[in-house]
Amino acid sequence: MSILIDASTRVLVQGLTGKEGRFHAQQMIESGTRVVAGVTPGRGGQQVLGVPVFDSVPEAIQATGANASLVFVPPAAAADACLEALEADLPLVVCITEGVPVHDMVAVRAESLRRGARLLGPNCPGLISPGKCKLGIMPAGIFSSGPVGVVSRSGTLTYQVVDELTRAGLGQTTCVGIGGDPVLGTGFLEILQLFEQDPETRAVALIGEIGGTAEEDAALWIRDSRLSVVAFIAGQTAPPGKRMGHAGAIVSGSGGTAQAKVEAFRAAGVHVAETTTEMVQELQRLLECNS
Amino acid sequence: MNLHEFQGKRLFQGVGIPIPRGQVAESPDQARATAADLHGPVVVKAQVHAGGRGKAGGVLRAEDPEEAAQHAARILGMEIRGLKVRKVLVEEAIAIDHELYLGFTLDRSTGTHAAMLSSVGGVDIEDVATRNPEAIMKVHLHPHLGLQAHHVRRLVHGTDLDLAQKVALGQVIRGLWRLYSESDCSLAEINPLAVLHDGRLVAADSKMDLDDNALFRHPEWVDLREVAEEDPLERRARELGLSYVRLDGEVGILGNGAGLVMTTLDVVRRVGGRAANFLDVGGGAQAGLVREAMRLVLDDPRVRGILFNIFGGITRCDEVARGILAGLEDLEVQVPMVIRLSGTNQEEGRRLLSERGLQTADSMTEAAARIVALTRPDGGNR
Repeated sequence: MSILIDASTRVLVQGLTGKEGRFHAQQMIESGTRVVAGVTPGRGGQQVLGVPVFDSVPEAIQATGANASLVFVPPAAAADACLEALEADLPLVVCITEGVPVHDMVAVRAESLRRGARLLGPNCPGLISPGKCKLGIMPAGIFSSGPVGVVSRSGTLTYQVVDELTRAGLGQTTCVGIGGDPVLGTGFLEILQLFEQDPETRAVALIGEIGGTAEEDAALWIRDSRLSVVAFIAGQTAPPGKRMGHAGAIVSGSGGTAQAKVEAFRAAGVHVAETTTEMVQELQRLLECNS
Repeated sequence: MNLHEFQGKRLFQGVGIPIPRGQVAESPDQARATAADLHGPVVVKAQVHAGGRGKAGGVLRAEDPEEAAQHAARILGMEIRGLKVRKVLVEEAIAIDHELYLGFTLDRSTGTHAAMLSSVGGVDIEDVATRNPEAIMKVHLHPHLGLQAHHVRRLVHGTDLDLAQKVALGQVIRGLWRLYSESDCSLAEINPLAVLHDGRLVAADSKMDLDDNALFRHPEWVDLREVAEEDPLERRARELGLSYVRLDGEVGILGNGAGLVMTTLDVVRRVGGRAANFLDVGGGAQAGLVREAMRLVLDDPRVRGILFNIFGGITRCDEVARGILAGLEDLEVQVPMVIRLSGTNQEEGRRLLSERGLQTADSMTEAAARIVALTRPDGGNR
């Protein structure tokens, strides 16, 4: 099992004809993902990588039965692209684009909630269920299938952890990048709830960072759930008031500190790993206890 | 992008929010002239992106133009929390009866905009939230429709102002919302919103944070950026499209991905060192960009060594290695380097480096320990 995506997922790529869209569509196809359509307004009727391109999302869905979308549209038009996908009733929309204005995301997030759709991102690497489907930009080669769920605000740091997991023989059910922006379509909490429902996910790696209170909210929920979680928090030594790469990675005033997150997890009985290596060891220990 | 008080106040004026009369000055002479124009006591306020200006001596009252010039001379060039003061705001002194707080902000936990009004103004709103939470009224706004009349009524109703003042407060709330929503703010704050002895409401300070991601639709922001106040290395990074933050340690850091670079800083601290910077070259960096990033790190005179931490996904290790080699050729690198390359094309990357006698580290922790040993004041020989 996996969450959100599996081998039957039919992927639509918004912005397929652009450099990024084309490159990552190719990578997805090579990793066995069913990329069935592309959308670029004004480029309908063309083909890219053997995939038909349409002018609009509804046309693409009608012709191909696409049921998930991956958005590579530049920041100025990304919100519009997400809204087009949501209004066409796609149940899953993943926005890779970095640099989307936060006011746009407030509106798009509200629309996805109103429609009961799942929006992931923006500014995220997407998600992957190893061996089944990759709806994102992560390097598929480092992933393997197995019992660990991964949810993270960061891209490269997730690859670091996954690489160590795979080397330790711990495969993954699904790895979800929720994104590094301050307003996101989906948070830690919703993904944890999905992992709890998944019978094959036996432990979860949660990779958080400074800024906001998504980790604290997740910790409260974990305390009363049956899910085994190990957490890691990046940015323990980041100075307050400075944005550390991600738009959302900022300690503002006394809010969003690594310390508050670590304390929230510890209070919920969640082990907070000091290093990625320790995170993998702790997951291994948890899985042995659980079996 | 944070705005200075005087910039925010200009925007306030544009939406009809009352502000004290005044003008920005860059020299004691300008301060004297402005004070003379204002006829009466003035306040000279440091314009700097830091809280606690008053406590640091950056806000002084002057009874006459001569005193205003003296205060300006003292404040200009002063450092407040490490930031140099280059401008002062000279304003008419106002007779404050009491102070309120008004702000619009992004509420990250709900993903909506929120309005906050407090009867306790002039102090840090976070302190009020901790010590006296019932003094703050917070209203979440509709994500699509924004501020509605009933929101304004709810906010205004909770104050003990008289009717005319409530009407005036309503106008200030609407004006600030207009600014917040039209200018893509992540924060727009009036603290304090002063109630004067004569009953008028005046914005005595401003704090505005604009969403950098919305720059493309705000050409007017270009004039708001105070380029002279930016750290020169941070400015160069911004122009190169690199994510760079200057820190106060001695180990230069160059990595890919915000989370990985943040973790690298943490690991360096764990093994006893301090990072000189945060630098994320981003995904898919080409050799040329890596070389420029290397130049940037080395241009910080405090850097005593560089730690490269690359986990190749979209970024290719061989491309990074080529960038490092190009950097070694172009730049006079006189500090030790430790390179950790893993992921896509790592064998090719490591081969390119080893041909030139450069060793790579196998893990992040090992790499951090090595660079910290090499950058200790005694060069690690102890």
